[in-house]
Amino acid sequence: MNMTVLRNTATSTPQVLPGNEATVPEAPNPMVVFEGVAKRFAAGNTGAEVVALNDIDLVVPRGSVTGIIGRSGAGKSTLIRLVNGLEKPSSGRILVDGVDIAGLDERSLRPVRRSIGMIFQHFNLLSSRTAFGNVALPLEIAGVGTQDIEKRVAPLLDLVGLSDKRDRYPSELSGGQKQRIGIARALATEPKLLLSDEATSALDPETTRSILALLRKINKELGLTVLLITHEMEVVKAIADHVAVIDGGRIVEQGPTFDVFTGHVHETTKALLGGLAGMHLPEFLTSRMSQLPEPGSRTILRVIFKGENATEPMLARLGSDLGIEVNIMAGAVDEIAGRPFGMLVVSLRSNEAKIAEAQQFLANHGLSSEVVGYVR
Amino acid sequence: MSADIIALIVKATGQTLYMVAVAGLIGSLLGIPLGVFLATSGRGELFAAPWVNKVLGAIVNATRSTPFIILVVAIIPFTRLVAGTSIGTTAAIVPLTIATIPFVARLVETAIREVDPGLTEAARAMGASPMQIVFKVLLAEARPGITSALTLTIVSLIGYAAMVGAIGGGGLGDLGIRYGYQRFMPDVMAVVVVVLIVLVQLVQSAGDRLARQFDKRSRPR
Repeated sequence: MNMTVLRNTATSTPQVLPGNEATVPEAPNPMVVFEGVAKRFAAGNTGAEVVALNDIDLVVPRGSVTGIIGRSGAGKSTLIRLVNGLEKPSSGRILVDGVDIAGLDERSLRPVRRSIGMIFQHFNLLSSRTAFGNVALPLEIAGVGTQDIEKRVAPLLDLVGLSDKRDRYPSELSGGQKQRIGIARALATEPKLLLSDEATSALDPETTRSILALLRKINKELGLTVLLITHEMEVVKAIADHVAVIDGGRIVEQGPTFDVFTGHVHETTKALLGGLAGMHLPEFLTSRMSQLPEPGSRTILRVIFKGENATEPMLARLGSDLGIEVNIMAGAVDEIAGRPFGMLVVSLRSNEAKIAEAQQFLANHGLSSEVVGYVR
Repeated sequence: MSADIIALIVKATGQTLYMVAVAGLIGSLLGIPLGVFLATSGRGELFAAPWVNKVLGAIVNATRSTPFIILVVAIIPFTRLVAGTSIGTTAAIVPLTIATIPFVARLVETAIREVDPGLTEAARAMGASPMQIVFKVLLAEARPGITSALTLTIVSLIGYAAMVGAIGGGGLGDLGIRYGYQRFMPDVMAVVVVVLIVLVQLVQSAGDRLARQFDKRSRPR
């Protein structure tokens, strides 16, 4: 849904070529907007400054799951803390549901923070309170009466599947269970926005998947906007429908996850995508591959299919229609934001003209391809 | 041992308990808030007031580094002002309290600083006020540590209370010196020491049990 919105508005804003500056599509009434935000920290007592974030323009579409991905030290943690005012920007504006967070003092921030839930990498549960007590905490802080707290905590524990752990202390729960309590706690005040600070980074892959599924469910069923930061590409790939790539305190790329990841235009994005299916060529190929054709060499072609285009009949038709012999060398299929994305490395024995013809044929059927080298 | 001596020991035990209880109570009531403030008023903290923090820290250090017996005589005018007299058991409570406040404050400060800063951050993210953070997060999470701190305080107070015989404070220490030592009554001395050991043991094990009960950090039940 958000992707459609973004695509439509892209025509009204100056088109930016992929690989250049990040585009900021103006989605109508977004949940969070960063406008030219910078954050500098004093470095020691020397008066020197460290620039943590620079020139950040970011849009979190309402109702989306938006992922911010970057390496450690890229400025992700600072960025997410600007959204609920735990950090103050050095310049720029941060609009949350239309309210400029940067302009509020600590006291006026409190009611705003109650409408923004947050979950953490290390859960940050009170060890002295039971699961129930932890979920009740934000309600106590908001001044909700004891009887109403009782009424609201039970369904939340039910939502995260931990009704039977209500009287357990965090030390008696597993990592995944602790994060579920963290999620229930974040939802207690019925926020409109959920911030996730590396929420799955301390969890094993299986638990990560179940927590992501829970976040997805919450996003869908409660219509809650989710903004998450992570260094794990898998997380973004699994649940984010919108992504921003951050590097060195700048947003280098943002847009619908599928487009950003399958376009793999920026170097940082490429590096982060190292694990994405088939982006690496197998060793047996690279070791004997050359960049220039030699007489009798075979052309190595990388064919990328996005979304619902199937490759197989197309490759078969290269043989039957064009008379080109196709040999499959490597391949992988992945899923990004719920859409299939695949890549096949094939070798073709043919002359350059024929290869160009083959690429044109594939392009006509919605498959992109690139020549990656030649082998004898 | 004569009935008179036994009556003296009972009376001295009562005096010691009275001094420890009152000084411990008032000292904790003033020392705990001071400790919380010391732990939360540094640069960039909840109640950031770095200069006040430094000044209070210096006063606490000065009080703690003054030998107790010197503190007792040094503040005699203040004692007279507060208690109306500078001699006797009640008067002795004044220097005991003065010594207890910084003692408790430093231990409570340490206990509060051991609370994971992530919890304070989580509470801020929930929209908690600084006072809510203190009561619902810091004091709640530091409860095992504060319990241990107060246990240590009471044990130390039992020791300090033995010194206030110097200003007629009475108590077990005073009895031990005057009868056990100066009148050569080793049996009195032995009883005094045994009573003190029992008191300390009782306080320590009760405190430990309480602290364990409050500590939910890593002990599945």
